[in-house]
Amino acid sequence: MSDIADRVKKIVVEHLGVEADKVTTESSFIDDLGADSLDTVELVMAFEEEFGVEIPDDAAEKILTVKDAIGFIEANAAA
Amino acid sequence: MRRVVVTGLGMVTPLGASVERTWANILASKSGARQITRFDASDYACTIACEVLRGDGSGETFDADLRVDHKVQRQVDPFIIYGIDAASQALEDAGLTDMSEEERYRAGVLMGSGIGGLPGIEKESIVLFERGPRRVSPHFVHGRLINLISGQVSIKYGLMGPNHAVVTACSTGAHAIGDAARLIAMDDADVMVAGGAEGAICPIGIAGFAQARALSTGFNATPEKASRPYDKDRDGFVMGEGAGMVVLEEYERAKARGAKIYGEVIGYGLTGDAYHVTAPHPEGSGAFRSMQMALRKAGLDPSDIDYINAHGTSTPMGDELELGAVRRLFGSAIETVSMSSTKSAIGHLLGGAGAVESIFCLLALRDQVAPPTLNLDNPSDGCIGVDLVPHVAKTRKIKAVLNNSFGFGGTNATLVMRAV
Repeated sequence: MSDIADRVKKIVVEHLGVEADKVTTESSFIDDLGADSLDTVELVMAFEEEFGVEIPDDAAEKILTVKDAIGFIEANAAA
Repeated sequence: MRRVVVTGLGMVTPLGASVERTWANILASKSGARQITRFDASDYACTIACEVLRGDGSGETFDADLRVDHKVQRQVDPFIIYGIDAASQALEDAGLTDMSEEERYRAGVLMGSGIGGLPGIEKESIVLFERGPRRVSPHFVHGRLINLISGQVSIKYGLMGPNHAVVTACSTGAHAIGDAARLIAMDDADVMVAGGAEGAICPIGIAGFAQARALSTGFNATPEKASRPYDKDRDGFVMGEGAGMVVLEEYERAKARGAKIYGEVIGYGLTGDAYHVTAPHPEGSGAFRSMQMALRKAGLDPSDIDYINAHGTSTPMGDELELGAVRRLFGSAIETVSMSSTKSAIGHLLGGAGAVESIFCLLALRDQVAPPTLNLDNPSDGCIGVDLVPHVAKTRKIKAVLNNSFGFGGTNATLVMRAV
């Protein structure tokens, strides 16, 4: 598992208060992990912080799963 | 009008995260005042407060994980966390955590706070200033709003009746209980969870109250001596935090289900000073009329009241004026009443004060004991002939109790309760 994937999952566990083993690459924040729309805003903010990227609103709307987040960050993060 | 009784109690205070732990410490004359640990207050005029101690729930400590969802904890200010915990305690105590859907349509919430989410407003303002609007938390608004104790508790327990909140500074807790009791009396609900909470010990909170010249500043080296209502050397209040919540229930319903009944809310008075934003009316007229109204509603004479939990914040002017109002209203009955200020032990819980102190009144009824006024070493001249229960708790007959709460803006509330 990549370093980015680990860090994304850690943020998800911390922000949504879910068990680490419940968070898989395929997990949907809202359908599988009990997040509401405000939680997803907060998650996107946390990803921006952690990876030093800016995630514009139209891109943020498409980040619905752990995999989506990892994909965006891999394509856009400087490091 | 339907009768309203109290069937559940809950509290989080600087002297314990439960009703019984706090009450035992109050009766043992302990003080919750300490140096502020929440932030570095060393260069503030006031360096002390009565903080709720965070920990694993043992001893005096409060463990938010026991009753407040992890995610909620991350999103909301301390006053909401204390409020949810205390309300949950009260519902557990009443045995009403699992009501039917029909019952829950008739069960509501009415909780408030004096200031609300001040620490969060302070913190996010700094985020906005330093890092811009896109870094402000999406939970900022609903994590700070005063009616969100009510909102959170209604969601946690599925309570679908009246969903209301009070904001009347330091009268909040008493107004919440009085107003909620009226909703039951008027048949708008059968069960109400009501009370108040505060969590405003943060830099801007301490600085603001200190600048208003409301806080004690002369006892920074001896915090346990700082809250000294009625004493000649008093110089302001000590900021407290925490929450007090009660379950109010229609009497016939409570009786039918065999509920434990702590007491009946029989009188509620509420008046305004219409005088000054922070200073009480110089003749204590608002306080006098508030007590008078509550006694009239209760159908009692002053001589029927055995114990008064005073507003008594330890400010030079306020204590004297309240005492004067009680003296004028009670006349010769002043000789038989015991009156104390438990703010001497837990500090001033602001929006939580009236609720926590009403619970102390109910426990005084239950245990037939008046809690003490700590640090009353040299009573001021106005105290002569009044039993202010100095230093140690006093066992005595207590059949009816009165609780006073007065707040900035000239808002006054009085509750009268008695055993059923």
